[in-house]
Amino acid sequence: MSEIPDELKYTRSHEWVRDEGDGIVAVGITDHAQELLGDLVFVELPEVGTELSAGGECAVVESVKAASDVYSPLDGEVAEVNETLADSPEAINEAPYENWIFRMRPSDPSQLDELLDAEAYAKVVEEEE
Amino acid sequence: MQKTVLNQIHRNLGARMVPFGGWEMPIHYGSQIEEHHAVRRDAGMFDVCHMTVVDVRGREAKPFLRRLLANDVARLEKPGKALYSCMLNEEGGVIDDLITYHMDDTWYRVVVNAATTEKDLAWMEKRTAPFEVEVRPRRDLGMIAVQGPHAREKALPLLPEGLRDATAGLEPFHAATDGHWFVARTGYTGEDGFEIMLPEDEVADLWYRLLEREVRPCGLGARDTLRLEAGMNLYGSDMDETVSPLESGLGWTVDLRDGQRDFIGRRALEAQRAAGDLRRFTGLVLEGKGVLRNHLKLYDGGREVGEITSGGFSPTLGRAIALARVAADAGDDLAVEIRGRRLPVRRVKPPFVRHGKACIEL
Repeated sequence: MSEIPDELKYTRSHEWVRDEGDGIVAVGITDHAQELLGDLVFVELPEVGTELSAGGECAVVESVKAASDVYSPLDGEVAEVNETLADSPEAINEAPYENWIFRMRPSDPSQLDELLDAEAYAKVVEEEE
Repeated sequence: MQKTVLNQIHRNLGARMVPFGGWEMPIHYGSQIEEHHAVRRDAGMFDVCHMTVVDVRGREAKPFLRRLLANDVARLEKPGKALYSCMLNEEGGVIDDLITYHMDDTWYRVVVNAATTEKDLAWMEKRTAPFEVEVRPRRDLGMIAVQGPHAREKALPLLPEGLRDATAGLEPFHAATDGHWFVARTGYTGEDGFEIMLPEDEVADLWYRLLEREVRPCGLGARDTLRLEAGMNLYGSDMDETVSPLESGLGWTVDLRDGQRDFIGRRALEAQRAAGDLRRFTGLVLEGKGVLRNHLKLYDGGREVGEITSGGFSPTLGRAIALARVAADAGDDLAVEIRGRRLPVRRVKPPFVRHGKACIEL
C-alpha cells in the first residue's frame, strides 16, 4: 500500500500539495505515482516566474519506463524549483513527500480547499488498483 | 493471458506484473535500476519461460534451416555451437530473430520470441514440405537466464552432476545437454552467463536455489535496458516484417557467401543492396539531460532523417541512449525532438556497454 500523509492535499492526477505558509505551496508527486512510474531518471523543471493554471502541464518526470506530465494543482506562479532533482531524480522514489518539485504562489489561495484530502485521494488510488 | 510456472513466485517476491506478448510477466521487483546493476556487477536471473524452444529434427534438418534462415547453419560445425539469425519473408522483412543451436546435423534447437511464436511455427510448418524434417515446439520446457560476471560460478553447482563438467568448459555461444537439461552460454545482456532450458516442473526449484545463492530476480525492464546497452536489437521495436535486416544493423547475420543457397528473402535483399541508399542503423547518445524514447524523430539541420527505434536511459552510463534508423546521408551530429524542443544527439557505434564497461566515449 502506498503512503498518503493526512496533512497534505492531493489532485486526481497524483500531485501532492503542502501549504508552506506565507502564500506559498509546495508541489510534488505522490508515493503511488512514483511507484507506478518506477525508477525516475529525469525531471524537467518549470522556470521560476512561469504563470500556471490549475490542471495545466508544468513539469515532466521521466522514469526508466515512461515520461509523465506533472500538472499544476492551482492557478498561480512558479516561485521556486527544486534544482537538486536535476542531479538526483531518484530522490523522489526514495522520499516522494520530502522532495517537492516546485513551489508556487497561488493567485487564489481558496482553491486549496477544493483539492482532495488524504481520505478522498486514497479512494482515487483504490479505484485505480 | 498466459502465465509461466513462476507467476506466483514473482508475485510473492513483490513483482509488478505486466502484459507482454500475450504473457503476464514481471517488469521489476521494486527497482529496475538496481536489477540492472546486479547483472552488470554480480548476477541476476530472468524468467524467460515465455520464449519458445523449437526442436528441428530429421535427416534434412540442415538443408531446411539453410532455406529458412538468412544466416547459414552450415557455419556451425562443432556440436553445441549457436548462431543468431533472422527468419525473413519473401520481401526480405523480418518475421523473427532467433538463436539456433546445432546439436548434430539431424537436430537443431531454435529459440524464438514469445509474441511471435504462433506465426513463426505456422511459417516453419508450412515450409517443411519438401524436406524430411520435423518442427516440434517444446512447450514442456521452461527457461531461466542467469546473467552477470558471477552468474556462471553461482549456477554451475546447481546443474545436474553429469552436465557440470561439460558446462564449465563451454565456450561463449555454445551449449551442452544431458538429454534432460540444456545449458547454453548465451544471453541478452552483454554479460557472461547461461540460458538454462529444463523440464517445466523443475523450473521453480532451480529458481529457488539460485535465489539462495543470491542471484537477483530481474524483470523485463532491466532486461530491456541491459540489451539496449549491449546494442542488441529488440524484435517489434528495432525490426519487424516491414523492414530489412540490412536496415536494422543485422547485415552481419545475412550470409550471402554460398551463392547456391537460396534462402527465403535472399532475392529481395540482393535487390535492396543493388539499389543502394539503404538506411543506416545507428547508436545515439543524448548529449544533455533527458530520456530518448521509441519513435522520437531525428533531424540533420532542418531535415528529418529518421527516428529512434528503441531508446531509454542507460543506468551504467547515466545517460540516455538509443538505437535508430536514419537516412544513408545523415551526419554524425543530429538533433532529436523531445516535447517540441530539439536537443543534440551524437551517433555512436553500439554496443554502449559490454562486460560492465562503457564502450563509447561520453
